[in-house]
This record gives sequence, structure tokens and C-alpha cells, in this order.
Amino acid sequence: MHFQFITLNNHLQYILFLADSTLILSQRNSEWCAHGPILEQDIAITNISLDLLGQARNFYQHAANLLNQSNANGETVSEDSLAYLRNEREFKNLLITELPNGDWAQTILRQFFFSVYQHLLYSRLLKSEDKQIAAIAEKSLKEITYHIKWSREWVVRLGDGTEESNRRIKAALDYLWMYTGEFFIPATFEESDPSSLREQWLETIKEVFEEATLELPAGGFMQQGGKTGNHTEYLGYILAEMQTLQRTYPGAEW
Amino acid sequence: MPLADLEKIFQDKIDAEVKIEPKDWMPEAYRKTNVRQISQHAHSEIIGMLPEGNWISRAPSLKRKAILIAKVQDEAGHGLYLYSAAETLGTSREQMIDDLLTGKAKYSSIFNYPTLTWADMGAVGWLVDGAAILNQVMLCRTSYGPYARAMVRICKEESFHQRQGFETLLVLSKGTDEQKAMCQDAINRWWWPSLMMFGPKDSESVNSDMSIKWKIKRKTNDELRQQFVDMIAEQVKLLGMTLPDPNLKWNAARNHYDFGEINWEEFWNVVKGNGPCNRKRMEARRKAHEEGAWVREAAMAYAEKKKTREGRKVA
Repeated sequence: MHFQFITLNNHLQYILFLADSTLILSQRNSEWCAHGPILEQDIAITNISLDLLGQARNFYQHAANLLNQSNANGETVSEDSLAYLRNEREFKNLLITELPNGDWAQTILRQFFFSVYQHLLYSRLLKSEDKQIAAIAEKSLKEITYHIKWSREWVVRLGDGTEESNRRIKAALDYLWMYTGEFFIPATFEESDPSSLREQWLETIKEVFEEATLELPAGGFMQQGGKTGNHTEYLGYILAEMQTLQRTYPGAEW
Repeated sequence: MPLADLEKIFQDKIDAEVKIEPKDWMPEAYRKTNVRQISQHAHSEIIGMLPEGNWISRAPSLKRKAILIAKVQDEAGHGLYLYSAAETLGTSREQMIDDLLTGKAKYSSIFNYPTLTWADMGAVGWLVDGAAILNQVMLCRTSYGPYARAMVRICKEESFHQRQGFETLLVLSKGTDEQKAMCQDAINRWWWPSLMMFGPKDSESVNSDMSIKWKIKRKTNDELRQQFVDMIAEQVKLLGMTLPDPNLKWNAARNHYDFGEINWEEFWNVVKGNGPCNRKRMEARRKAHEEGAWVREAAMAYAEKKKTREGRKVA
């Protein structure tokens, strides 16, 4: 299977962007499983990982269906071939999702930034002409609402907790901030311009930061590239690990 | 009331199959045995997350990944119920976790073996969860109420895990030659450690007699082990695989399978800390605990601040 030789129309690229971003963040969050700071929170972050994986699977399955319909004579594509047999340059996930987990503060803040963005984006997807996308968005929004509530509470707790937690979440903010711009920089395949989501996103972040006694950074340089396959060095390792069995035993069923 | 009378009331309840509840009088040794056993069980669930968690990032399909994550998460949930059950006997979760991290409390030795290939996810589910279930089904009728009720919930999920494990192996057993070899290899490595899960032979088990009298346990180690061998010796046929024991043979006179001698030297060595992964498992738990300390402190500090602020508002 050589996906680089299949021409993907914008719509398919967009679905893969949605799938890849949720899969990679799920993969990162699942690293906490069995290593969380408190048993209840180990369960919570693992739950979020599982929700994101479910969302990714829905998007991949939809993309596979569309590809199989348009490519009646070719090889059959599945959720697994899309997730396990595409390479670093083909993945379209947002850079922020592939960054290392760091400490609990970094994981929490990333989740919060991502979930607030995801909520805005998926609310818009409810009106997608592709009914399947709208249905996936609707189902996912219920989960995302909980992810925002959970991560928001932690942002406040850490920001307004101890001196150490405040220092740590500030360091996380310093690290993550330049990866938040990419949410709103449109890629050619994006069906509606995400730049208009930025203001509402900032508003929510600002409101929660106030409660958390954190200051919103002023603009600054923003990284980009994930949407077009220009990733950080981290993605290659994530995929090498994730794809190992599918790559080692081509064609095997699991 | 004289001690002898309290003891009689207690034993009469047990004999009449009435559950002992947290506020009931109970002999100190009964309390201690239950705390030891329930906390050991809780620790096993938590440590048991590590060998399976080891394969989450590498699960070979998205469906398998979802199943594995959900399974490991279930184990965390079991740990929670069990810590809560043990807390009803007056020992805090912090104390229990402390005892685990200092090495005072034990956990099931099976988790000191490594998960080397994907097939181990199947073998652990089928054999390790399978062995655990036999013990747990018995514990659904244990005499201490909160423990028995936690077990009822846990058993439902565990039997689901066991079926998932078997199904994972079934797919491998019908797969490529490499997958079949992977499947047999995992069974070979997990079979004997699974038999060891039932603990020492009855003739050498120090905790068994009182546990049976108090109906904490209702079957002996050897009875449960035999039940397990009989069950697995049949199921392995469905996989078209074999168990690594040349002495495994149906004995019509006993109406049970005979099986070979367990390597007890290995068993005691793993119990004493010399298993392949004892250090790695404890290091992982200590690391999570130490690195989580600031998170727990922040959560407490914030809760305190919030309480003070709300107090002020009310005033």
C-alpha cells in the first residue's frame, strides 16, 4: 500500500487531519496509563485517551469507506491501513498533539487548549454537508464537553494551587503556547476557515486563566506544519512504535 | 461482653453464612488477614496494569488498542473498589500504598514476568485472568461483606477480559506461521507462572487453615489449582496449541488432569524479589508516586483555598 501515490481530494485530506490529530493525542495520553499521579486521575486521562481513539476510529473508518467507494478496483483500505501504514510526511495531525507529555501540567494544559479548540471546530462540523462527519462531530461533542470540564478544573487547580504547581503550569504554557497558533492557520483542505474560531478560543482560555491566576501570553511566534506533514522530530518515533507490528508482519490479521 | 462470647457470635454468623460488616465485632486476626488479603489484591490490580500497559502504544490494530486501554483502565477501577473495601477495615489508602512502595506489602508475583510479544496480551488475559477468576469467583462468597460485594463487580469484568484474551490468541492461532509460533511461545512462558498464582501447596501454606474456618477462603490453593488445570487443558485444544508439561494427562480414576511438578524454587525466588521484573515494576510505581506528589499537594492546597474562600463568603 503506497498512500503517497493515491491522490486524496481535499475532503479526504480533511478527514485524515481530524483522524490523525485525535489518534496522536490519544497515543500520547495513553502513555499515562498506569503512571498517573493519582489512581482516579489515571483513570480520567486514560478515559480521554479512549474517547479520542474512538473519535479517530470513526474518522478513519469514514475515510476508508469513501476511499473504497472511489477506488473500486484497487486495494481495500481500512481504518488500520490508514493509521498504521502511512508515514511521517503523510500524517496531518496538529504539532501540539505529538509533543511529549512532559509533566502533569503540560499534559493538562495541552488537553485544555486542544479540547476548547476541538469544541469550537466540531460545533461547526455539525453543519457539514458530509452527514457522517456531522454525526461523528455530534457524538464527539458530548465527550469533548467533559474533557473541557475536566482539564479546565485542573488548569485552575494547578494555577492557583501551590507555588510549585503554579511554576510548572507557567513553564508548560511557555512551552506550548507557540503550538496553539496552528489551530487557526488554514490549510488548503480545510472546508471552512478556522481563523475565525480564534477569538472565541482566546476568550475561553482567558476566562479560565483569570480564575487560575495565569496571564495570557501576548501573541508571539507560532509554529506550524503539522497539517501539511511537516512535523517535529517526535512524530517519527511515535509512529515507529505504534506501527511496529503492522510493519513487521505485513498483511497479518490481529 | 466477654471475649469468648463475642467470638462465638462472630463464628456463629460465619457458620450461618451471614456477612461480616465493617461495624461488627471481629477478631483482630480476621481484620488483619482481610486487610492483608484485600490490599494485596488491590496492589496486584495496580501493578498488573504495568505489564499490559507495556503494549498499549504498540497494539497492532486500533480495535485492539481500544480493547487493551479499556482493560487496563478496568484494572485501575478494580484497584479503587478494593482499596475502598480495605479502608472499611480502618487502614487508609495512603497507608496501603506506602506499604506497597516500601516493600512491606506484597502483590501477585505473576506481574514480575515480562510481556515480550503481542501474544502475551492474549496469554495474560486467558491464563492470568483465568487463574485470578477462579480465586475471585470463590471470593464473591467470602465472609467479609464489602470484599464480597467488590468481587461480584470485579468478576463480571474479569470474565470478559478472559474471553478477550482467549479470542486474541484464537486469532493468532489461525494466523501466519509467525503468529502461531508467537502464540505457542506465550503459552509456554505463562503456563507455569499461572499455576504458581494459586500459591504454595496446601501442605506448606501458612495462612490457609484460619482462612477456611472464617470463610475468607472457601477452597484451598491446591483445589483451585486443579480446577484451573482441568479448565485450561481443555480450552488449549480449541487453540490447537499445547501446554508445556509432558506429565499433563487425563486421570480417569481421579476425574482430573494430572500435571507435573511446579518449580517452587523459581516461585520463592520471584516472591523474594528475584523475578525478571520485580525491580522494574516497583520503580515504575515509586516514580509515578513521587512525580505525582506535587500534583496531589496542589489539588489539596487548592481545595483548602476554595474552602476558606467559600467560608468567607458565607460569613
